[in-house]
Amino acid sequence: MNTKENKLSFLTNGIIKENPVFVLVLGTCPTLAVTTSVIGAFSMGIAAMVVLICSNMVISALRNIIPDKVRIPCYIVVIAGFVTIVSMVMHAYLPELYDMLGLYLALIVVNCIILGRAEMFASKHSVIESALDGVGMGIGFTLALLSMALIREVIGNGTFMGMAIPYFENFTINIFKMAPGGFMVFGFMIAIVNYFTKGRAIKKKDFGCEGCPNMSACSGGCEGCKKEGE
Amino acid sequence: MGMLTVSASPHIRAAQNTQGVMLDVIIALLPAAIAGIIIFGINALFIILTSIISAVLSEFIFDKIVKKRNTITDLSAVVTGLLLALNLSTNIPLWQVAIGSCFAIVVVKCLFGGIGQNFANPAITARVFMLISFSDMAQSAFPTIVDSVATATPLAIASGVSEGTLPSLLDMFLGLRGGCLGETSALALIIGGAYLMIKRVISWHTPVSFILVSFICSWIFLGDLNGALYQVMGGGLLIGAIFMATDYATTPVTKKGKFVFGVCCGLITTVIRIWGSSPEGVSYAILLMNILTPYVEKFTAKKPFGGVEA
Repeated sequence: MNTKENKLSFLTNGIIKENPVFVLVLGTCPTLAVTTSVIGAFSMGIAAMVVLICSNMVISALRNIIPDKVRIPCYIVVIAGFVTIVSMVMHAYLPELYDMLGLYLALIVVNCIILGRAEMFASKHSVIESALDGVGMGIGFTLALLSMALIREVIGNGTFMGMAIPYFENFTINIFKMAPGGFMVFGFMIAIVNYFTKGRAIKKKDFGCEGCPNMSACSGGCEGCKKEGE
Repeated sequence: MGMLTVSASPHIRAAQNTQGVMLDVIIALLPAAIAGIIIFGINALFIILTSIISAVLSEFIFDKIVKKRNTITDLSAVVTGLLLALNLSTNIPLWQVAIGSCFAIVVVKCLFGGIGQNFANPAITARVFMLISFSDMAQSAFPTIVDSVATATPLAIASGVSEGTLPSLLDMFLGLRGGCLGETSALALIIGGAYLMIKRVISWHTPVSFILVSFICSWIFLGDLNGALYQVMGGGLLIGAIFMATDYATTPVTKKGKFVFGVCCGLITTVIRIWGSSPEGVSYAILLMNILTPYVEKFTAKKPFGGVEA
């Protein structure tokens, strides 16, 4: 495998194979909250992508300086800085979108995708690789949000990007606008992605006990670890 | 079915199979369905037919797509469709009925592994789904065979949500009141329930404890015997207690568990009816208890004779 292909795979990994929402199941909170409208989903995806690329690059550049023990607070500070920039820019130039996304814009700070990529990827790879990973993951996140928002807005509201669709608007199923419908669409989308990737979208060994967030609780004895040991 | 099973003795011989049980449930639901058609007019028949056809078709198509053995001959889809239709108000459009029925079969039953694997009663879940999704569901239909001047269901009036006069207790018993298609006639439902108990399809534990607890609680909290009778005969309490809370897959199997299930359902129903913002709480109570059923079973499991605590 030459390096060029490798670099390309950093970019494409995030789109389907390691899609942050449907395969890694990260960032569920904004996914369920903003996908009631296509416009909201798109702008959320773009905002998160910008933050993701910038924070990935900065964290990757600082990866040798940040002390291991306080790395999470350091990542949060970097991410929060970029989120503040994005939200201020949006407040200034796109006030309507800013109002629409509301709290969820600020919540990008604790978005698991961004923190997860910082921890799993940027802290171990070079700046350019991290930027590519950020772009790929950002595109994957945006596409996931868009696909969910498309289903939820068309079925739940009978509109597309705020415009009424003839015929559909008379046959709306309100539940898709609400949280239960969001969970249902989320489940269906995960099932579809799993079907097309035959459940092998992500290799189990990518998640060793080292990077596992439950490591402190299970100390190597949980189901996932046992399977790995076999 | 159709395959020989070889196993060690002793064997239990029973004539009961899924199809037979489902057929008994359908027979037991017929009085309520007929009463609904008589009370609410021909529209009720269309809703029942739409619901059943949609349920059976959904199951047929789903089994075809996932290449599973076709299970429509066990009649469970017919029961789900019929039960859902009896829980709907007659003034909702037919396309909503079809979608609700399809949801009950595909999402609640088939996606979880088909008959016997569903975590909650498909008809109840679909009713709650439709209640949230379609605003038409909130308005109830009114009898067409009598000149009805009522503007709300007895429960809504009793709980003070709506203005109006309560129908007499006899009317309540016969079903001449506003409400869902099959829930109004207490007489027809009790006939169906008695048939099921005589055929030993259902045991008396859940329905009796459910209804009794609701009655006693409403009597205590409302402080009024008459009001408590309205609470029992109004809304979907009878159809819920007799047909929904006795579903095999989603309720406890032990006798003690059935009592616990019925008592909790009765308590939750009364609490929602009296203090909740919605006048009716039976669907939510049963749905909630469906989800808690594995825990109820765990705590009421019988210890085998001579067994030691694990």
